[in-house]
Amino acid sequence: MSELSAAELLEKVKPLLNRRVGPYKSFNPVSRTQVWQWCTAMGDNNPLYQQDDKVIAPPTMMQMWTMRDAQGNYPEGSSTDNPYEILSIMEEHGYAGVMAVSYDQTFHRYLEEGDQVHHYSTIVNITDEKSTAVGKGFFVTEIAHFLDQNEECFAEATITYFQYQAPKRPAAPKSSSGPMKINRVAPIENYDNEHYWEGLRQGKLLIQRCTSCGTLRHPPQPMCECCQSTEWDTIESTGKGTVYTFTVMHYPEIPPFDYPNAIVLVDLEEGVRLVSQLENCKPEDIEIGMAVEMEIKEVQEGMSLPIFKPAQ
Amino acid sequence: MPATLSRKAAIVGIGATEFSKDSGRTEMQLACEAVKAALEDAGLKGADIDGMATFSMDNNWENEILRQVGGKELKFFSRTEFGGGAACGPFVHAATAIASGLCDTVVIYRALNERSGLRFGSGQLMDTSPLNPNMINFSHYFPFGFMTPAAWIAFSARRYMHEYGATSEDFGRVAVSMRDFAATNPNAFFYEKPITLEDHQTSRMIADPLRLYDCCQESDGAVAFVVTSAEKAKDLQQTPALIASARQSIVKDTRMMTPFYGETISGIPEFDACAAEVYSMAGLNPDDIDMACLYDHFSPWVLPQLEAFGFCDQGEAKDYVRDGHINRGGKLPVNTHGGQLGEAYIHGMNGIAEAVRQIRGTSVNQVENVNHVLVTAGTGVPTGAAILERG
Repeated sequence: MSELSAAELLEKVKPLLNRRVGPYKSFNPVSRTQVWQWCTAMGDNNPLYQQDDKVIAPPTMMQMWTMRDAQGNYPEGSSTDNPYEILSIMEEHGYAGVMAVSYDQTFHRYLEEGDQVHHYSTIVNITDEKSTAVGKGFFVTEIAHFLDQNEECFAEATITYFQYQAPKRPAAPKSSSGPMKINRVAPIENYDNEHYWEGLRQGKLLIQRCTSCGTLRHPPQPMCECCQSTEWDTIESTGKGTVYTFTVMHYPEIPPFDYPNAIVLVDLEEGVRLVSQLENCKPEDIEIGMAVEMEIKEVQEGMSLPIFKPAQ
Repeated sequence: MPATLSRKAAIVGIGATEFSKDSGRTEMQLACEAVKAALEDAGLKGADIDGMATFSMDNNWENEILRQVGGKELKFFSRTEFGGGAACGPFVHAATAIASGLCDTVVIYRALNERSGLRFGSGQLMDTSPLNPNMINFSHYFPFGFMTPAAWIAFSARRYMHEYGATSEDFGRVAVSMRDFAATNPNAFFYEKPITLEDHQTSRMIADPLRLYDCCQESDGAVAFVVTSAEKAKDLQQTPALIASARQSIVKDTRMMTPFYGETISGIPEFDACAAEVYSMAGLNPDDIDMACLYDHFSPWVLPQLEAFGFCDQGEAKDYVRDGHINRGGKLPVNTHGGQLGEAYIHGMNGIAEAVRQIRGTSVNQVENVNHVLVTAGTGVPTGAAILERG
């Protein structure tokens, strides 16, 4: 797939505009059976359609008569041109999403039993690239003419699609093959704290230390609150400490966490406090002052956290 | 003597919508309805407004409200950050603006669909932009699932119990008292639905030690006020509630809902810092306060407020509450509207409206001879407090 600009892509597809393609034929003539199936499926009990001596096709069945079969083929005698070649080209160039935007229909006469339908399709307009909430793309307008066995037009439709490029989303976790997994909320990493999160990814719990006055601080912040220096380095914490306070969360149950979820505020032995989860401990056994120790765990791809457990 | 704003301005109008779980209309409509009601209560017109103040969390722009309530021009508008901690800031700003001559009449409003819209307690995320200071702060908590206000407050409640011997029943006594007031307030969601201490003790655990009945409601609704000069207030139809003092407060260890790093986390250092001045600005002391509307998003944090504002000594609020002083008929009835536990969660503004009704003598749970009411904004966040006086 070559990378074309929106303007280049437009240039490429514009020659295909206003080219009437077809016919696309129907497999079967209008029949009582198909009208009955449609009306039943739609819950349409209008007595007009299924009279004892006469069957009239509901006008909104229009598009159904010339639909492709389950294998995607049109009946014999249909055109082999792809009526949506423009959309296919856009799809190849990254505009893979399609959304029906509007569908205006005009009906000239009712179809009756035995009528044989075919249709022609013309792409009549493509807009410049537009930005929308779902992404950037082009509004494409098609006009379809539906004709009977006498080449008389019984209905027509003006259909607008939005062929768009969905915004890029982070790739799904590699391991997930089942339903989408909800991840923990990732921290915001910035100049002030990226050392902390990167340290955890490398298996170290780092505490910020002012290189001017030596004061330790956590959570990270750019300026020392004791001496106003912005120069700092880090020391590696042992991860040993005591529980200063705690809570056990029961409700609401927020995915992907297991409940009850025990949260502790730990006084680290270096002298700063840190919030974390406590594992391997029954909720009723948690006490203020209990000794805890830390293990750094990769809880999900790219996120490592210091998780505490009772000290051995 | 920082007394320049004392008694220079008064609350002369209050208005509110109904409090519900699904208002069925936009926050903008709620705001306009409450402001209109407050203007009518004051006997003023939209064109009389020349200032506005609200919460930065409020989603309704001043210009939009001004136009719809028939206003012409604003000379002053301000917003206060930090969720429910903003409940007193707008009154500080309004009184300051009026005292300094910036403007004459300020409308204060807060409108929210907190139950039918974004629920703050659900663990849903708000703005996850990397520039959002909330997200930067919460980055040290969300990855652990530590992401509800009840859980954050549980940290402090647990320490308070540990340090002072308070129990879950003491928190329950606060909830039972609020629900008792709500039970006789037809505007309260929990009208005619009092609870017992046993109900509290058997209500389900939310974030240990906080049980369901320790947590405020989630509500849709709006409250609005009209504040004008003390001079002009004399000519208006309502008994003025003078702003005798009003102050905001942030201290070194203040954090946004997560004040975990101070020397102690069992108290409210913002109130410890400002209480003396809240009294001195008004020339009053705790004995002069006839009732209080204290911010009650969670019952445990009502206790240290009683201590910070000098109604009892540090660590003794549990005894004060056990003795029934905050109850109906007590020495210091607290939240006679039912509070946010019993009436509605309108970010503390419904409590300030109740303070005004108590000053006027029009509360459904009227306390006798009310001359001074203490009101507070949210705890665990940058906050504020004020004393209202019968004018």
